[in-house]
Parts: sequence; structure tokens; C-alpha cells
Amino acid sequence: MQTLTPEVMLEVNNLKMHFPIRKGFRQRVVGHVKAVDDVSFAVRRGETLGLVGESGCGKTTIGRCIMRAYDPTAGAILYCNAKNEQVDLAALKSSDLKPYRRELRMIFQDPYSSLNPRMTVLDIVGEPLKVHGVARGAELEDRVANLLKRVGLRPEYMRRYPHAFSGGQRQRIGIARALALDPRIVVADEAVSALDVSVQAQILNLLEDLQAELNLTYLFISHDLSVVEYVADRVAVMYVGKIVELAETTALFAQPKHPYTEALLSAVPKPDPTMRSKRIVLEGDVADPANPPRGCYFHPRCRYAEDRCKTETPALRAVGQVGNLSHFAACHRAEELNLRGVVS
Amino acid sequence: MNTEKETPVYVAPQWKLVWWKFRKHKLALVSGIVILLIYLVALFVEILAPFLPDQTNSKYLYAPPQSLHFVDEQGNWGLYVYGYTSKIDPVALRRTFEIDSSVKIPVGLLVEGVPYKLFNLIPGNRHLLAPLDPDQPMYLLGADRLGRDVLSRLIVGTRVSMSIGLVGVLLSLVLGILLGGLSGYYGGNIDNLIQRVIEFLRSIPSIPLWMGLSAALPLDWDPLRVYFAITVILSLIGWTGLARVVRGRFLSLREEDFVMAARLDGASEMRIILGHMLPAFTSHIIAAITLAIPGMILSETALSFLGLGLREPVVSWGVLLQNAQDIRSIATAPWLLIPALAVVVSVLALNFLGDGLRDAADPYAR
Repeated sequence: MQTLTPEVMLEVNNLKMHFPIRKGFRQRVVGHVKAVDDVSFAVRRGETLGLVGESGCGKTTIGRCIMRAYDPTAGAILYCNAKNEQVDLAALKSSDLKPYRRELRMIFQDPYSSLNPRMTVLDIVGEPLKVHGVARGAELEDRVANLLKRVGLRPEYMRRYPHAFSGGQRQRIGIARALALDPRIVVADEAVSALDVSVQAQILNLLEDLQAELNLTYLFISHDLSVVEYVADRVAVMYVGKIVELAETTALFAQPKHPYTEALLSAVPKPDPTMRSKRIVLEGDVADPANPPRGCYFHPRCRYAEDRCKTETPALRAVGQVGNLSHFAACHRAEELNLRGVVS
Repeated sequence: MNTEKETPVYVAPQWKLVWWKFRKHKLALVSGIVILLIYLVALFVEILAPFLPDQTNSKYLYAPPQSLHFVDEQGNWGLYVYGYTSKIDPVALRRTFEIDSSVKIPVGLLVEGVPYKLFNLIPGNRHLLAPLDPDQPMYLLGADRLGRDVLSRLIVGTRVSMSIGLVGVLLSLVLGILLGGLSGYYGGNIDNLIQRVIEFLRSIPSIPLWMGLSAALPLDWDPLRVYFAITVILSLIGWTGLARVVRGRFLSLREEDFVMAARLDGASEMRIILGHMLPAFTSHIIAAITLAIPGMILSETALSFLGLGLREPVVSWGVLLQNAQDIRSIATAPWLLIPALAVVVSVLALNFLGDGLRDAADPYAR
């Protein structure tokens, strides 16, 4: 097993998650949906790594693989735990995962379906504490009260049921649940997508405050580029189960190195009408992850595609350097193309 | 803790929300009370029935119903019924009865009468409403062809009719939740197998099966035991409907984020199923039971009527209706059909109750 460099907390190596497609009476496997196909990246200590891409590109699947809600098909998820020991989360049996369920926590997208309507806030936020035998009785109530205070809710509401709260408040409850066990990494899966813009800002600021206060590392999954630009230190862009570009946020937004990123960025709405540039409208449909095209998955829609793009699959490689952080892109023509970013 | 007054709806647990919603369904509420009363009758049969169900009286064959009076012609208060005069029709040689208002039979509350053992334990001899002299006739719902009191038989029949299928319903419930739960929670091959078994069981026709079973069970068993055995066997087939409902709920709940959240909290499978998923459909299960009981009452009645279910000397509503099978008895004694009314009332009440429960079952539906 390779060892992690000290600044890396989590490293995903060649992760694959293929879901079988079953058909017919005997449920034979007729193919696989390659939701995550050979993905590698590292999450550095204390950073916020944004993971963007359109619906169905596999970003949520990556988050769930890291949380081991799914069992990955192949690959390694190396994690450096609180005692500075290195473990491969992908290889652990589910019975051995319990200690890591404390250190890696998740915030869900939908604040309505992620809270059990039949449990009080006390039960919802207290559940991980009870399951891990951390606290019970009066102590449990105290801890839940503190957690609620920390996320900006009034502790006296802990006997209420979720239906008594607004969407933003519910998301705060979800965050309190994620924080209950003093985690080190929080996977925020579209944590603000279901909220109003004004509430989004409140929740994002709360997440940033908590990160500073509790020394958290975030994997921030979102399809909203403006949110990611605001919150992330580095950004990874995904297309059909693969990471096509990974770079420091300002570098990626100013100077994308992959044509797909360029197209995505051109779709970000700009508040100033005089600044409005021409949108790049991609032709064709998103590739089918069950039957992706040969070569670069993006080549049928890419306006810079050459012949080799149709046959050779480009690897994710360093194409530049910003400070001590590399700029990775998976494009044969990354160096020669001069792509348009957004000026902010 | 802060003792600020909380808005009740914000802190109301599930059962309270269900109750608030159910309360608005007036018909279901009334039906619930009716069902409660019927089961109270079934519980206290011995006290409520004026006579023994098999107590015959050759003097009062097919005697018509008497009505209960509170005030007599002189304006005196008191409970009594009028006696009968009987005469024999010289042509048809048939005995006919007429109410004779000159004979007053005093009736009392909690009168000493035939001794019994309540719940087979507590000895007693008081009857809620009975003639002061046990030998005098009181037929509030008339008499049948052996001069037995229809009211007493109706009351006694309530116990068997309302209870014999309960064990069957309970058994199908346990099987349905267990197998449906396994099917929905694990999915895959287990699901496939259980679903194919359900399809097979649903294709077996039930009445021929019932006939075959009642012929196949040992002859020296008494009818109650035979019937009980059949309902149990049929419940082994009848769990399929509930199993499908439970499976569907599990399939949809399994994908809910809050179940995933519980899994990521590190909760065990048992804790997830019992603590997080099951509360989401307890109310549906209660509604399903309420809707299954009328089916069992109707099948008891129908099969006893056909002579396949219960038989004399067991007293049930179906057995009572069997006596009302021929035209002659209906023409001369239409009151023998009163048990059908009891069946209709209890089945309707259970259906309305079940409807109300089902509507109120999921207070979180958006």
C-alpha cells in the first residue's frame, strides 16, 4: 500500500463503481453502468474540495463510496485516521467500519427526506451518539442541545418533530447530526441545492464557520458552480464517471484546461449584462455510462476534438502549476488550447 | 430546560397526529364505537344473553318478537313484556301466536337466572335483562323453530363470529410482515423467490380448497375445531396481500435518505428495520388488519350458510342464518334473518373504521 503524504487526509485511487444491469426472469446481468470509472484524487487536510458535474455524472456515487454506503467495485480509498494510521476504507468489512463512521460523516441533499418524520430532533441528532455508545439520558440531551446551539438552532426545540421546521432549519439539523460524533471529514452531498438562495448563503457561511472552528475537511459535492466557487479551495470536474479536470478554484475558473469545463463555465449566469459572453451550447447528449464512447468520453460533443481523441483515452495528468498545487486535466490538447474561463 | 409553552402540533408524536386526523372522520369514529360495543358484547355474552342459546321451549315454536314496555296502561312505571295467546289454525294445523296484552310478564335488570361461568372462571347467575320468573317467555327478537330465543343466540353467536378468524388474521399478519419485509429489504433473489411463491399461492382457488379441507379433516373433531383448523390453514395462504403491501413499503423506504443516514450512523440492520422503518407503516398495518376482519366474518357466514363452515351445536351468525334458509321459515318467521343485519352492521362498521384509519394512517404524506 502506498503511503500518504502528510498533507493528504484522504486519497482515492482508481476507484470504480459499476452497477450491474439485470434483465429478464432470471435477472441475468446484461451490462454495467459505470457510474464511477477509474477515478483518483486526494483530499488535503483542512481544505474544501468541490466536486462538480451535471446530474448523473457520478459525483454522488463517489461520495457514497467514500462513506461506504456502496461497496466499490475496485480501487482504494486511503484514509489517514485520527491516530495517524493509514487504512483502506474500500477494503474494510462493513463490521470493521464502525470506528470510521464516526470520523467520516455525510450531509444529505434533501432536508425533507433525510430526517425521519417520526423521530424528534433529539432522537435524530442523538441517534449516532446512542449507536456509538457515546452518551445517553441527560448527558445525551446536553450534547444534543450544544450541537443545536452550534448550528444556530434553539435547543429548546429538540422535542419537536422535523415537520415543525423550515428547509434551512432542517438542513441545520442534518448538519448537527453530521457533527454529533466530532468528525474529521464531512461529505456534503448537494448540501444546499434544495434550499432558497438566501438560505443557501446562510448554510454555506455556517459550514465555513464550522470548518474553521472544528478543523474540518469537506468534500463538497454540487452541481452549482457559483456555490462551489464560493466555498471550495480546489475543484474537481466530473464527466460520465471520470474526473476531467482538477485544480485550485481560481485557476480553474480563470483558465480551464478542459473543453468540458469551459462549456460548464460558460453556462454560469453572470449578473452584469454587458459581461455576458456567448454560451457554448454542447451538441448531442451526455454519454451513456453503460455504454460510453471509445477514446475520450467527451469527444463526440467536443469542438476541439481530433482523431486521436476518438481512439485514445486521455489520462488525468498535471498540465500546470499554481503555487504548490498542480493543475490536472484529462485532455490530449490541454497545453495547446487556450480556453475561456470566467473573469470574476 | 426551558419550560416555554410548545405549539402542540410541533411536538406531537405520530399516534397523536393520526388520532387528530382520524377524529375528523366522523363516520369512522362512530364505526369505531360500534365495533367497540360489538366486542364488548362478545366479551360479556353470558351476562347479556337472557337465556341459554340451546334452551328449547316446545310451547313457543316460532313465537314472534315481543316489545319491551316501560309504562303500562294504568300509567305505572315498570319493565314488562306482554304474554302470548296461541291458537291452532284449523285448516293448516299451524300454531299462530298473538300478543295478549292482558298478561303482563315482569322483566328486571340483573335478574337471577341460569347459572354460568363468565370467561369460564367467574361463576354467576345474573342476567342483564330477563323475566323475573325464568319459566315465563320473553322473546324480544322472537323464537326459532325449536323455541329458542333468537336474541340470546345472536348474542352468543357474536363471540364466535367476531373472534374465530382473528387467529387466522393474526397469523397472516405475522407471515405477511416477515416475508414481505424480507422480500423488500433484501431484494434480489430472495425477493424473486418470495414473489413467485406469492403468485403461486394466489392462483389457488379458495372455495374448492375450503371444501376439500373440511372433508379431509378428521371426522371426530368438533365443528369449532375443524373450522379453526381451516382458518389457520387458509391464513397460511392468505398472507400474500399484506406481504405485497409490506414489501412495497420496504422497497420505497429502503431508498429514503433517512434510512441511509441511519446506516451511516452505524446503526445495526435490526435497529434500522425496527427503529427507523417499521414505525413508518405500523398505522398501515393496523388499517390492513381492520380491513381484513370483515373478510373473515363474511367468509365464516358464507361458509357456515353453505354448510362447509360451522355447524350446530356451535352458535354463530352463519349458523343462525342457516336456519333461515327455507322459504317456509322466512315466510312465517322473518325475524330469523336478524343475524344478517348483525353481519351487515359489523362488516360495514369495520370497513368504515378501516377506511378512516387508512386515510389517517400517514400524517406525513405530502
